[in-house]
Amino acid sequence: MKYFLTGVSALALTASMTMAQNTHINIGDQLEPPHLDPTSAAAGAIDNVVYANIYEGLTRFASDGSVIAGLAESWDISEDGLTYTFHLHSGVTFHNGAEMDSADVVYSLNRARAEDSVNAQKALFAGIESVDAPDAMTVVVTLSAPNGGFLFNMAWGDAVILNEGDDVDSLKTTPNGTGAFVFSNWVQGDSITISRNDNYWGTPALLESATFRYISDPTAAFAAMMAGDVDAFPTFPAPENLPQFEADPRFTVIIGSTEGETILSTNNKMPPFDNPLVREALSHAIDRNAIIDGAMFGYGTPIGSHFAPHNPAYIDLTAESAYDPELARSLLAEAGFAGGFTTTLKLPPPSYARRGGEIIAAQLREVGIETEVTNLEWAQWLEEVFRGKDFGLTIVSHTEPMDIGIYADPEYYFQYDSAEYRALIDTLTAETDPDTRISLMQDVQRMMAADDVNGYLFQLAKTGVADARIVGLWENAPTQATDLTAVYWSE
Amino acid sequence: MLRYILKRLISLGLSLIAASVVIFIAIEIIPGDAASYMLGLNASPEAVDALREQLGLNQSAVTRYFSWITGLVQGDFGISYTYRVPVAEMVSNRLWVSLPLAAYALALSTVIAFPIGILAASKRGSMADWMVMGGTQLGVAIPNFWFAMLMVQLLAIKYHFFTAGGFPGWDNFWLGLKALTLPAFVLALPQASILARVMRSSLLDTLTEDFMRTARAKGRTRRGALVHHALRNAMIPVLTIIGLQFSFLMAGAIIIEQVFFLPGLGRLIFTAISQRDLIVVESVVMLLVFAVILVTFLVDITYAWVDPRLRRRV
Repeated sequence: MKYFLTGVSALALTASMTMAQNTHINIGDQLEPPHLDPTSAAAGAIDNVVYANIYEGLTRFASDGSVIAGLAESWDISEDGLTYTFHLHSGVTFHNGAEMDSADVVYSLNRARAEDSVNAQKALFAGIESVDAPDAMTVVVTLSAPNGGFLFNMAWGDAVILNEGDDVDSLKTTPNGTGAFVFSNWVQGDSITISRNDNYWGTPALLESATFRYISDPTAAFAAMMAGDVDAFPTFPAPENLPQFEADPRFTVIIGSTEGETILSTNNKMPPFDNPLVREALSHAIDRNAIIDGAMFGYGTPIGSHFAPHNPAYIDLTAESAYDPELARSLLAEAGFAGGFTTTLKLPPPSYARRGGEIIAAQLREVGIETEVTNLEWAQWLEEVFRGKDFGLTIVSHTEPMDIGIYADPEYYFQYDSAEYRALIDTLTAETDPDTRISLMQDVQRMMAADDVNGYLFQLAKTGVADARIVGLWENAPTQATDLTAVYWSE
Repeated sequence: MLRYILKRLISLGLSLIAASVVIFIAIEIIPGDAASYMLGLNASPEAVDALREQLGLNQSAVTRYFSWITGLVQGDFGISYTYRVPVAEMVSNRLWVSLPLAAYALALSTVIAFPIGILAASKRGSMADWMVMGGTQLGVAIPNFWFAMLMVQLLAIKYHFFTAGGFPGWDNFWLGLKALTLPAFVLALPQASILARVMRSSLLDTLTEDFMRTARAKGRTRRGALVHHALRNAMIPVLTIIGLQFSFLMAGAIIIEQVFFLPGLGRLIFTAISQRDLIVVESVVMLLVFAVILVTFLVDITYAWVDPRLRRRV
C-alpha cells in the first residue's frame, strides 16, 4: 500500500511537471546581458530578452523583417514627408501600472536624442527636429529633412518607449515596459525569468513564463539541449552539432537569416588598399563557398555587397567578384604588386572570424598576399581596429539591420570615402516612395560592389535548435530578438 | 604564539597593499574600453564619450586608484561599469556558488584522499598500495574538463540523474547541493589524487623516524603508533597542499564553471575582463588575493598548532 501511494504521488508529480512545462519555456543564449536597458547599450543580449517581450516602440519588426504598428496604432505622413503624426493605442499601461500616453513618447524620443544621451544608435534620432504632443493620444514628430526610413528606425530596440518619471538607473535591473511579458527575476550569471503580463493591451502571450539561461560554452550548450535543461537555443553556438540535432526526432533545427553581413573589412586608406585594383584583386582572390563550408559548416548565404539577401531590394552581385585567382594575380600585377605584399589580418573572437580567417589567409597566399594573423579580444579589436583604424584586413559581421549608412561616413573604420556614394545615400534617405527607394537601394548595392570597398563574404545564418513541440519561434532575425509573444507548446 | 601571529599579520597587510598596486597597474595597461565595448559598432563618438564621463572613466588613473582603494578599505567595492550594480552585490552572489563549491570539492577530496593515502602507506608494497598509486596517477593525469564532459554525457544526458549544469540557487538547499555535486566531484578527483600521494609519502617518511620505533618499543600497536604519532607528524606537507588546493579551487574552477555553466567567480572575472569591466576585475582579483593570503595565514597558524616545534622557533 505504501509503495502504491508513493507510486501515485510520483505520478502526480510527473504530471504536474509536464503541465508546468507546457506553459513554461527555457531559452538558451550564449551571452548574458549586462543590464536590461535597451536604450543605453548595444548589447544584442539585451534585445534578446526585452525586445517585443518587455519593451515596445511606436513601430516594431515582424518576424519577416517588415515594419508593423506597435504602440502607435496608425500614423499619417505629411505630403512633404517632414511631419509624422502617430495615433497611440489607448488603454496601454506600463508594468508598474502607469498609463502610457504621448508624454511618455515625447520623453523617450527626446531622451534618446539629447546631448548627453548614451543611446548606442543615436543616429536613428538624428533627423528629428521636434517631438510634440497635441493631446494625450497623439504624437507629432517633425523631421529636419524627409527620411524614408523613419518608421523603420522607430522599430529598433533602441527606440522603445519608456515611462516618463522612471528612474533610468533602476530600469537596468527592473525594466518597466508595456509588453506582453513582465520581468520577474534575474539570477546574475545564470538566468533571467519573465512572466506573462495579465494586463497586456494586445493579444496576450500564450506562455505563462519563460527563463533565459546563459550558457557560453558550445559543448555545455549541446549537453544542456540534449539533457533537456534547455528547450530552445534560438542561436545555437556550434553549427558542427546541428546534424546531430537534425537526426534526432526530439528536436527541430531552425535555419534562417540574420542581419549580419560578414565581410572582410579592408582599410581603404591604408596602402596598398587605397588602390582600387588591389581591392578588386582581393575580392576575386576569395572563395566564399569554401569559407562558408569550412568555417560555418555550410550555413550562410554568399553576398556580393553589404546588403541582406532576404531584403526585397536585394540583387545578387556575387558574380561581380567571382572567385578567380588568375584574375586576382593579374590585377595585382597591374597594380604593381606582381610579387605580392604583406598585410595584417586582425581577428575578433567569433568563430566565423577565427575559422574564416585561417581559410582567407590561405586563399590570399595563393595569389601572393601574405597576412600576419593576430587574434584579438573584442575590447582590443574595438580599440585597435575600430577606433584606432590600425589594421589592413579584419573579418567582422555587421549585425545592425539596414546599415548601408556606415559606408557614407569616411571616418568609419574601413574609411570608404566616396562623395558619389554619400550623395546616393542622401537621395535615398530623402526619398519616401517605396518603389523609387528600392531602385535606389539597388544602385547602392551596385556602387558598393563596383568599388570593392570590402570583401563581401556571406550573410550570417541564424542556426537555432528547439524541442520539436515548440511552435512560433522566429526563423529569421530581422533584429536581435527572441519574440516569445506567439510561442506555445503544441502538446 | 602571539608574536608568531602578529608577525604573520603584518606580512599579510604588506602583501595586500603590494598586491593592490600590482593588480591595478596590470589591469589598467591592457588596451580596451568599457564604454566602447558597451555601445558597439554603430555608436557615435559623442555617445561613447558621454558614457565614459558617466562611468568616471575620464578621470586620471591615480584618482581612480585612490578612490578604489579608499572605497575598498571602507568595504565599498564600487559600481560595475557594465552591469551598473554594486560590485559587492555581484561578488557576494557569485561567492555563494564558488565558496560552497570549493569547500564541497575540498571536503570530498579529503574524504577520498586520507583513507587511501593512509592505507597505501601502512600497507606499503602491497596490492592495495599498488592500486592506490596507479589510480591516483590516473586521477592526476586525466584533464578535468574532459572528465566533466564525460560525466555530463553519462549522468545527465544518458541517465538524467543530474542536470547538465546551471545553478538554481540556495532557496532549496538540496537542489543547490545536487547542482554542485557533479562539479565538486570532478574538481575533487585530481585534488584527491595529489593529496593521497602526498599523504602516503609524508607518512612513509615519518614511519622511519626514531620516535616511531620508540613508540612501538613502548608497546603501541602498529595501528596506534600510526594514528597517534605518525599521522600528526605527517600533517605539515598535507596541510600545505590543502591550503594551496583551496585557493586554487576558489579561483581556478573557471573551466569547470564553464562546462557546467555555473555562475561562479571564475566566470565573473572571465566576462568582466572581456567587457573591460575593470572595476569588477580589480575587486574580484583583490578579494581572491585576500582569500589566498588569509588561507596561507590560517595554514601557518595550523602548522604551529600541529607542530609545537614551530612555535618555539619564531
